[in-house]
Amino acid sequence: MNKPASFANWKLFWKRWGVGLSVAGVIIAAIAYYYARSPQATEAVLASTLRQSVPLVLGALCGLLGERAAVINIGIEGQMLMAAFVGFLVNVYTGNLLLGVLAGIAVGALLGLLLAFMSVTLKIDQIIGGTVINILAIGLTGYFYKVGLSGHGKLNAIPLGPLAKIPLLGPVLFNNPPITYTAIILVFVVHYVLFYTPWGLRTRAVGEHPRAADTLGINVYLVRYVNVVVGGALAGLAGAYLSLEAVGSFERLMTNGRGFVALAVMIFGKWTPLGSWGAALLFGFASAIQTQLQFGGKVNIPPQFIGMLPYLLTIIVLAGFVGRARPPAADGIPYEKEG
Amino acid sequence: MSEIALEVRNIVKRFPGVLANDHVNFVLRKGEVHALLGENGAGKTTLMNIIYGLYRPDEGEIYVDGQKVTIDSPHDAIRLGIGMVHQHFMLVPVFTVAENLILGAEPTKGWSLDLKAAREAVRRLSAQYGLEVEPDAVVEDLPVGVQQRVEILKALYREAKILVLDEPTAVLTPQEVEELFVIMRQLTQRGVSIIFITHKLKEVLAIADHITVMRRGKVVGTTTPAETDEAGLAAMMVGRQVVLQVEKTPAKPGEVVLEVENLEVEDERGLPAVDGVSFEVREGEILGIAGVQGNGQTELVEAITGLRHIRNGHIRLGGQEAPERAPRYLIEHGMGHIPEDRQKHGLVLSYTIADNLVLCTYYQPPFARGLQRNQAAIVENAERLVNQFDVRTPSIFTTAGSLSGGNQQKVIVAREFSRPLKLLVANQPTRGLDVGSIEYIHKRIIQMRDQGVAVLLVSAELDEIMSLADRIAVMYRGKIVAVVEAGQVSKEELGLLMAGSGIEKARAG
Repeated sequence: MNKPASFANWKLFWKRWGVGLSVAGVIIAAIAYYYARSPQATEAVLASTLRQSVPLVLGALCGLLGERAAVINIGIEGQMLMAAFVGFLVNVYTGNLLLGVLAGIAVGALLGLLLAFMSVTLKIDQIIGGTVINILAIGLTGYFYKVGLSGHGKLNAIPLGPLAKIPLLGPVLFNNPPITYTAIILVFVVHYVLFYTPWGLRTRAVGEHPRAADTLGINVYLVRYVNVVVGGALAGLAGAYLSLEAVGSFERLMTNGRGFVALAVMIFGKWTPLGSWGAALLFGFASAIQTQLQFGGKVNIPPQFIGMLPYLLTIIVLAGFVGRARPPAADGIPYEKEG
Repeated sequence: MSEIALEVRNIVKRFPGVLANDHVNFVLRKGEVHALLGENGAGKTTLMNIIYGLYRPDEGEIYVDGQKVTIDSPHDAIRLGIGMVHQHFMLVPVFTVAENLILGAEPTKGWSLDLKAAREAVRRLSAQYGLEVEPDAVVEDLPVGVQQRVEILKALYREAKILVLDEPTAVLTPQEVEELFVIMRQLTQRGVSIIFITHKLKEVLAIADHITVMRRGKVVGTTTPAETDEAGLAAMMVGRQVVLQVEKTPAKPGEVVLEVENLEVEDERGLPAVDGVSFEVREGEILGIAGVQGNGQTELVEAITGLRHIRNGHIRLGGQEAPERAPRYLIEHGMGHIPEDRQKHGLVLSYTIADNLVLCTYYQPPFARGLQRNQAAIVENAERLVNQFDVRTPSIFTTAGSLSGGNQQKVIVAREFSRPLKLLVANQPTRGLDVGSIEYIHKRIIQMRDQGVAVLLVSAELDEIMSLADRIAVMYRGKIVAVVEAGQVSKEELGLLMAGSGIEKARAG
């Protein structure tokens, strides 16, 4: 290749990746700076960032699977809460953590099925369908929860051999409990499915122009059902993370709005898995730094205000820093077959 | 192998209250273009949706290649080699050409999409049938004519032997129509059989081998272009003799009524849709705005009728700039509007015909007495107008939504024409109407002109513009590229102008 051409390639490369690379550079520089000053605190904040991001990214994947197929799911919060509760109960009565996790996933998927039934088959307004699930979950978990139940342990970190011994990277990336690893893998799996497989192409077509998909022999209803149910399973996994991995027990309303923040994460991530992961890490960082600030004791701000940080970020993001993201064209619109 | 590609026998399809297909018989021979002609609501599209598996017939049989088949879904139709290009394109706007092509029948490598194979398929089919498209172009960036090619390619990719084209020329310029006809000929030479649905008589005579005419769900007859002419086909479609040529006397333009100066208007996305447009319309003349849909006509009309903010420029009605461009001010100063979308902007579908007829005047006497409605006057008004404008309805208390398109349009025309008008803005006044209603509305518009009303007529139908307008302004990408006297311009020249070439170039080439 001659010189001007390669120069042009550079320009193109920079245009495409420049912003991303600059941001990455700043982040790496900042981490290096703080690591040099206080290795332990930096490790703690980063590890906490990753873990705080887990329910958010799983929730966002749930939301975007649905919305890519044109079903808006605002019941993520309820799906998480119910899954956290049932997963915890199963653990209490069987003493088996894996069974608890599977139960959580199953409950999430079942609520996904309920949402799909309401919004795809019955064609109920999707916001109302999601709200039904949220209220249902709050009501049922609140009614059946008994104070004093105690679970049998929680999912512990699994260090990945020598990888876990790398300074900084080891403790942050390679010494995590199983659902955290799974969430990271799922980000890439969903990305692959959505953009590189026939199923993904069909899902996106159903979200953009369902009638076109229908005329090509694609079963619009089936695609929506499967995506919403699989999404529900992911939200269920997020719930299991909260009760069985992060805390090890259940509290009333323990999801604390994460299902809604996950929707903000999804929008900030422009309905893409990788974008959502980035956004989830940002929100996770806001939560992590909040803990650090509260317990570091160096800053003199009332903890209530520090606790607002993630939610403030949500408002700021939704209020207009999203850029020109375009939701799927048919998002939220029930599909009516002709004839 | 039989000579017949597709045959339907005694197809019956009922919708609530309507017999959409009444024992329809239809035979498509191999390698022919068979036109299916009929007014809106004659049952053409219903029949095609049955053939494509979108509807199920209540009675009747379908034979493909001499074999009796049942078609329960588009999937079955595709498997039988039937492809359909819908009137409203079934393309995913944000996908590339290649992605649209393979959707639903994706080539794969392992679990992954094989987009390389998809691009290859686009190139192969493009070359084979002379349909040029760029595989990686995003569909929403393509002109409609090219999008249509993508639709045809989609059918060919699924190895369609029978191709249904539903009103394919509605969105095309005359030149694009010519190109489409060339493509259709190439396809039939390669053994593809084409069903061509339309209500445009000239096109049928130009391209079809056989013509089947439908009316009110029934097949009226089958003929060939050699055996008939436009008048004959129109009579078959409508069931009576129709005057196709609009009769009118030369215009006698008077004072300027509407003056538009350097108008700039933005569309929904904030992009300039009308870009520095100036023109005037005088008493007793019809100014026609020609152009392919989506070149700023909608925004122009909305600006003039006070439905959209203007960014720059002036609109004067009777020499006066409207102090506030509120629709009510304009209506009270003599503006009538036949909107583009009669169901969305022309009528309140859930209101009765009587109420729709006083939508602009309900607050004035005699229809209002203080704060109350005067029901007697409203009813009297409705009965008079329904009679005068020949609205076919069981009652004036029928809701507007249950009328046919032609009758809905007549209600709008009746409402607007019953007020004293100075300016009439008519946007696509006959879109989707049958020949009979078109004839009627054209006559009424000419009548208004002859009474001294200034008429601004916007239409994508060149025939309509050419037969009604006294002067023609051509709009392209938000600008008026030429204003010509009607009668001094040919259809071909107008077509070229609509596609963006200047007047000299259009005259030269």
